Amino acid sequence: MERPKLIVDGRRLDGRRPDELRPFRIKAGVLKRADGSAYMELGKNKILVAVYGPKEMHPRHLQQSDVAVLRCRYNMAPFSVEERKRPGPDRRSMEISKVIREALEPVLFLHLYPRAVIDVFIEVLQADAGTRTAGITAASVALADAGIPMRDLVTGISAGKVDGTVVLDLMKEEDQWGEADMPIAVMPRKKLITLLQMDGNFTPEEFRQAFDLAFKGVELLYEAQKEALREKYLPSLEEER
Amino acid sequence: MKELISTVKRDYILDLAVRGKRIDDRALDQYREITIERGVIGTAQGSALVKLGNTQVMVGVKLEKGEPFKDSPRSGILVVNAELLPLASPTFEPGPPNEDAIELARVVDRVIRESEMIDLEKLCLKEGEEVWAVFVDIYVLDHDGNLIDASVLASVAALYDVKPPAVPDWTLPGFPLRAKPVAVTVVKLNGVLMVDAKLEEENVAEARLTISTTENGNICAIQKGGSGFFSRDEVERAYELALRCGEELRKKL
Repeated sequence: MERPKLIVDGRRLDGRRPDELRPFRIKAGVLKRADGSAYMELGKNKILVAVYGPKEMHPRHLQQSDVAVLRCRYNMAPFSVEERKRPGPDRRSMEISKVIREALEPVLFLHLYPRAVIDVFIEVLQADAGTRTAGITAASVALADAGIPMRDLVTGISAGKVDGTVVLDLMKEEDQWGEADMPIAVMPRKKLITLLQMDGNFTPEEFRQAFDLAFKGVELLYEAQKEALREKYLPSLEEER
Repeated sequence: MKELISTVKRDYILDLAVRGKRIDDRALDQYREITIERGVIGTAQGSALVKLGNTQVMVGVKLEKGEPFKDSPRSGILVVNAELLPLASPTFEPGPPNEDAIELARVVDRVIRESEMIDLEKLCLKEGEEVWAVFVDIYVLDHDGNLIDASVLASVAALYDVKPPAVPDWTLPGFPLRAKPVAVTVVKLNGVLMVDAKLEEENVAEARLTISTTENGNICAIQKGGSGFFSRDEVERAYELALRCGEELRKKL
C-alpha cells in the first residue's frame, strides 16, 4: 500500500487538527462479576477492563510477604484487527502488559495488602492505535471502581509526528505511516509520568511539543475518567443521603 | 526483575545517592569502564563482546535469506532476540524468554529499527520474494546491571563488524549502515538521577528511563521501566544526560 498524505490543509485523515483527540467515552462498572470494570472508546478503539481483587494470591509461592502483587494482562481479541490475530500472548502483548503494570503500580498502595494479588485484565476488542494508553486510562477507572485506594488515577495518551507535524492521539494510519509515536501515562494531579515510550525520530523541540500536546490530552481524558466514576457512584450516594 | 537486597545495604545506597555519591565512587553521570571486542565469533557474520564494569553482553549477527513481510515487500528483515542465560545470574532461569528478556529485545529492536541504522531497503534480493534477514542475537553472559545500554552497544558494534557473506547474490560493497545510535539508561534513586546503574543500584532504584539518540541529538527510542515515576523536569534532565553520555559512548563504537 502506498503511503497516503496524512495532513492536508492542517487537517488529518479524520478531519482533526493536530492537537485534537478522537471522540472518546468512558464508562465505569460495566461488568457484573468483576470487582471493578470499565469500558472505553477512543476513536475506533474499544477496550474493556476488569479488575479482580485484592484477593489471596495463588499459587502461594508467588505471594509477596510485604506487598500485594499487581498482575496485568493486556490482550487483543483475534477479531480486533484487520487480519485475524492469533489468540494468546505474544512478545508485543507481554511487553505491553509489563509497561502497563509499571504505569499503574505508582498509584496503588500495594503494601496495604501483603500476600494478596490484584488482577487487571485489559481486553482490546477493536484496535485503532493507542490501545496501551487507552487500556491504562480505562484500567485506572476500573481499579477505582473496585474500591481500591489510589493516589490518583492514571491517564494515558499518545503523541507523535506525522508528515513532519507533531500531533496528539495517533490513529492507525498515522501510527503506521507516521515518523514517531510516543505513548505516555501520567498521574494527572501532580503531572508525574508513569509510562513513557517512544519510537521514531524526534528533534529536541518536537519532543517537547509532543509532551505539551500529551499533557493537554491527559487533562481532557482525566475529566472524563472522573465523570465516569461520578456517573456510577453519585446516584447511590445521593440515595443514602 | 529485582533481586532481594538487605535493608542496611539499601539504606546505604539511598543515603549515598542523596549526597551525590555511589557505592563504587563514581560520579552520577559516569559510566563504568567499557571495553568492546569485535569479531569474537567466527561463525557469525558480525559479533561483539561488550564489558560494562562486570556486566558482559555478547551479540552475534547472522544473515540469512528469507521471505519479506507482506507489508514491506522491498525491505530486508530485522529480528532481535535476547537471552538472559542462566549462567549470567542466579536469578535467571532456563526456559522460554520472560518479560524482562522480551522487553530487552524489543527495546534494542526499536533502537536499531527506528534509528534506521541499517538500510533495510538495500537488503532486497527480489521484491516480494526474497530479502536478507538480519538476526541480532543478544547473549547476556554476566549480569551486573544496565543490560539495555550494554546490549545496544554490543548490537551496534556487532552490526558494524558484519562482513557480508561471500555468495554471488551479495552485490553490495559492504553491509549498508548509516547511523550509530546509543542508549543511555538513567535510573532514579531516592529522587536522584544517575546513569549506568550497577545491579545493586538497579535493585533499589524507583524507576529507569532509557533514551536512545542518534548522532544529531535526535531521539529514536524511549523506554521507561520500573514501578516509580518521573516528573517532566526529570525527563528533561535525563535527556541531557542521554546526550552528554551518549556522545562518550558513541566514541567507543
